[in-house]
Amino acid sequence: MLKATLKTKRLHSTQSVSDTPHLPQLSREVKFTVHTKTTLSSFQKPEFSVPRQHEDFIWLHDTLVETEDYAGLIIPPAPPKPDFEGPREKMHKLGEGEATMTKEEYTKMKQELEAEYLAVFKKTVQVHEIFLQRLSSHPILNKDRNFQIFLEYDQDLSVRRKNAKEMFGGFFKNMVKSADEVLISGVKEVDDFFEQEKTFLLDYYSKIKDSTAKAEKMTRSHKNIADDYIRISATLNSLSSDDSTANKKHLEKMSDLFEKLRKVEGRVASDQELKLTELLRYYMRDIQAAKDLLYRRARALADYENSNKALDKARLKSKDIPQAEEHQQQCLQKFDKLSESGKKELTSFKGRRVVAFRKNLIEMAELEIKHAKVRSSIQLYYICFIMCTNELQYAWGICKILCEQI
Amino acid sequence: MAASSDRNPPPFPASEEPETGLCDMADGDSDEGEDIFVNNVRLRAFLLLLLCPSFVQSTPVAVSRGVSQPDQVSEEPPDLFSEEEAISTAPTLSTTAKSNGVHSDDENDLFAELLAAVDCFHSGISKGYFVLPPLELKCGLLYYCFQQLEEEEAKDSFDVDVSVTSPEKIGDGMNAYVAYKVSTRTSLNMFRSKTFFVRRRFSDFLGLYEKLSVKQSLHGCIVPPPPEKSVVGMTKVKVGMDDPSSVEFVERRRAALERYLQRVVSHPSLLQDPDVREFLEREDLPRAVNTQALSGAGFLKMINKASDAVNKMTIKMNESDTWFEDKFQEVENEEQQLRKLHAVVDSLVNHRKELCMNTAVFAKSMAMLGNSEDNTALSRALSQLAEVEDKMEQLHQEQAASDFFIFAELLADYIRMLGAVRGCFDQRMRAWQRWQEAQSTLQKKREAEAKLLWANKPDKLQQAKEEITEWEARVTQYERDFDRIGMTVRKEVLRFEKEKAKDFKSQIIKYLESMLQSEQRVMIHSHSKAYVYVFYSGVEGFSPESWQRVYYIPDG
Repeated sequence: MLKATLKTKRLHSTQSVSDTPHLPQLSREVKFTVHTKTTLSSFQKPEFSVPRQHEDFIWLHDTLVETEDYAGLIIPPAPPKPDFEGPREKMHKLGEGEATMTKEEYTKMKQELEAEYLAVFKKTVQVHEIFLQRLSSHPILNKDRNFQIFLEYDQDLSVRRKNAKEMFGGFFKNMVKSADEVLISGVKEVDDFFEQEKTFLLDYYSKIKDSTAKAEKMTRSHKNIADDYIRISATLNSLSSDDSTANKKHLEKMSDLFEKLRKVEGRVASDQELKLTELLRYYMRDIQAAKDLLYRRARALADYENSNKALDKARLKSKDIPQAEEHQQQCLQKFDKLSESGKKELTSFKGRRVVAFRKNLIEMAELEIKHAKVRSSIQLYYICFIMCTNELQYAWGICKILCEQI
Repeated sequence: MAASSDRNPPPFPASEEPETGLCDMADGDSDEGEDIFVNNVRLRAFLLLLLCPSFVQSTPVAVSRGVSQPDQVSEEPPDLFSEEEAISTAPTLSTTAKSNGVHSDDENDLFAELLAAVDCFHSGISKGYFVLPPLELKCGLLYYCFQQLEEEEAKDSFDVDVSVTSPEKIGDGMNAYVAYKVSTRTSLNMFRSKTFFVRRRFSDFLGLYEKLSVKQSLHGCIVPPPPEKSVVGMTKVKVGMDDPSSVEFVERRRAALERYLQRVVSHPSLLQDPDVREFLEREDLPRAVNTQALSGAGFLKMINKASDAVNKMTIKMNESDTWFEDKFQEVENEEQQLRKLHAVVDSLVNHRKELCMNTAVFAKSMAMLGNSEDNTALSRALSQLAEVEDKMEQLHQEQAASDFFIFAELLADYIRMLGAVRGCFDQRMRAWQRWQEAQSTLQKKREAEAKLLWANKPDKLQQAKEEITEWEARVTQYERDFDRIGMTVRKEVLRFEKEKAKDFKSQIIKYLESMLQSEQRVMIHSHSKAYVYVFYSGVEGFSPESWQRVYYIPDG
C-alpha cells in the first residue's frame, strides 16, 4: 500500500493586510512537501517527507513517458505549471488604480484578490496531488524506480533533471508533433475496439477542449461581475456618507446589498471553476494521455508493417532473412503487448471518467443547493429593504434579525 | 403607506406562551430552526400589521413583546398557516374591525385572500408538488402581501400624468425621423380636455427645453435637461429599425423622453408655462430650429459657459450665509461620485452582456459534448446541463437590460440634472454680478455728475441726473432680482432633493424587484441543475426522501 499526499509551504505569509502579499514570480518559488505513507518494503521508512518543486514533477512525468516498458499504459497527465498570472496582473492594476479608490474599496478588492490567489494555490496543490495519487494507485507505475526516487530522495533532484534533459532533449516533443499524422494518416486498424476508441477519443477531445475554453470564459465573466459589485458597493457607500438628504439610507442599504451579492457571485464563480472547469480541464489532459497511448500503439503497428515489408524484401533478395524475421517478431510482440495493455487501460479509463464526472457533478449539485440557500436569504433581504423604504422601520428590525439567523 | 406621519410603531402586546432563547432556534441544521420565520409569533403579528395597520393601532392583540428585545422567541406557537388557525384568526379580525369601524372590508378580504393563497402553497408542499425550500415560500408570501399593499397605495392621483409611447419611423432614408405619441391625462382645468395626445419628434423636445431654459433659468429654476442627441444612434435607426441595437436605442430614448416630460410637468412653475401647455396640447408644433446647440456636447458647453463667466469674475462674492457655497460644493461632489458610479455600472452592464454571450456559447459546447459522450446517463446529464445553461443566458440578458435601463439610466439622468443645478447656482452668481456692475456703473455716473457740477455744464447735467435716476432704479431692480433668484434657487434645490430621493427610491425598488425576479428564476434553475446532476447521474440511494431532508421540508 502506497499513499502519497501533498502539502505545501508558501514562502511568504500573507497574514497582515498592510503588507503587499508577494506573489511568487517563478514557479520554482512554490515549494511542495510530498508526504508518503507506505507499507511496501521497497522503501526505507514507513513514513517520510521530501521537498519538491514543480519541475521535479515534470521530470518524473517525462521519464515515465520515455520508458519503453510503459508504452502500453496511459501515463497520468503532468500537472500544469502554477499560473499566478491572473492574480498578479490584477494586483498590478489594483496598485495602479489605488489613488482613485477609497481606502475601503481598495481593501475589499485586495481581500478579493488574495482570496483568488489562494484559490489558484489550492488548485495547483490539488492538481499535483492527483498526479501523484494516480501514480501510487497504478499497479505497474507505482513500482517505477524513478517514482520511488521522487518520493524518497531527500536531496535536490535538479542534478538528475539536468541529465535527463540532455538525454531526451527534444525527442519527446518530436514524437508529439508527428503523432497526429500517425493516427490520422489511416494506418489500417486491425482491431474494431481500437478503431472505435480512436474515433471516439479524437472527437471527444476536440469537444472537451472547446468546452473547457468556454467554461473558463464564463467563469471569468462571473468574476468580473463580482468585482464590479465591489466597486459599486464602495461608491454607493461614499455617496451615502456624503449625502444629507432622505436618499442617504437608500444608498446605504443598496451598498449593503451589493456587498452581499458580490460574495455570492464570487463564490459561485470559484465553485464553478473548481468543480466544472477543473473537471473538464483535467479530463481534457487525461484524454490527451489516452490519445498518446493510441499514438504509440499506432507507431508500433506501423513499425510492424514496415518490418513485414522488410522481411518480404529480404526474402526476395535472400539476404539477412534471420535478422528480418527476428525484427519482425520483436515488432509483433511489442505491438501485441501494447494492444493488450492498451485495451485494459482504455476500458478502465472509461469507467474512471464516468465516475469522476458523476462525483463532480454531484458535488456541484450540493454547492448549488448551498448557494440557493444564500440566495434565499438575500431575497429576504431585498424584500425587507423594499418594505423598509416604505417606512415600515419596525419591520426592518425584525427582518434584519431573521436575516442574521439564516 | 397611508399611515399618519406621527404614528408610533405599535407595541407588540405581551405573549402568553413560554419563550425560549433565540439561539436555540438558530441551530443551522434543525428542522424547527428553518421554520422560525413562520412560527415566530412576532412575525405573525408583523404580517397582521402589514395588512391592517389602523386595526392594530386601535386594538392591541395578544402577541409577543417589543422589537427591542430580540432575544426571546416563542417556541411552539400555533402555526399561522395551519388550516384551523386560519379559519379562527380571520373571523376574529373582522369582528374586531367591525366593532372599531376603522377599516374596510377590503382589508379583510385581502387578509382572507392571503391566507387562502398560503393554504394552497402549504398543501402543495405537503403533497410534494413544490420542492422549494420553505424560505423561498416565505419570501414569496411576504412579497405577495407587500405587493397588495403597494397596489392599493399606488392609486394616488396625479394632477398631470404624461407618457411617451409608440415610437414610429416616419419617412425614409436620411430624412427619416421617429415620431412619439405623447399622451396626457389630467384633472387640471387649464387644459382643453381630460385626456389627449399629440405626436412629437425628438427635436420638438429639444425645442421645448430651449424655450424653457431661456425663460426659466433666469429665475433660478432648475430646468430638467432632455436626453442627448446621438448622431450614431439615429443614423442606425434611419437605416432600419429592426436590429436589436436600434430597438434598444429607440427604447432608451423613449424612456428618457418620458422621464424628461414627467419631470417637467411635476415642476409647479414649469407646468404653468404656456410653452409646456402648447407642447402637450397643440396639434401642429412649428419645427424647432437651432437644436444643434442642444446636442450632448452643446448642452455641456452651455452649462460651462455660465460657470466660465463666474470664474472670470474679479470680485469675489461675499456670502451672507454659507448655505449656497456649501450646497454648491455638495452638488459638485455628488456629480463626481455619480459619474464614477455610472462608469462602474456601465462596466457591469458590459460584463453581464459578456456573461450572457459566454453562457450561450458554453451551453452549445456542452450540448455537443453531451452528444459525443458514449455513457448514456452521463450524456443525458450533460445535455440537460446544457439546456439549463441556455435558460440562464436568457436570464442574464434580462438582468443586463434592467441593469442598464433602470440603474445606469437613473444615474445618467441625475448627472445631467446636477449639471442643471450647477447651472442655476451660476445664474444666481450672474445676477449678483449684474447687480454689482450696475452699482459700479451708478458710481461712475455719480462721479461724472460731480465732475459736470464742478465744470458747470447745466444741459449735460440734466442728462446725467436722468441717467443716475435710471441706474438707481436698475440697481434696486437688480438687487431685488438677486434676492429673488436666491430664494428661488434655495426653494428649487430643496424641491430637487426631495424629488431626487423619491425618484431614487422608486427606481431602486424597481431595480431590486427585477433582480428579485431573476434571482427567483436563477434559484429554480439551480435546483433543476441539481436535480439533473443527481438523478441523471443515477446515484444509488438518492431518493426523494433524502432530497426532502436536504431541503428541510417539514413532514405532512
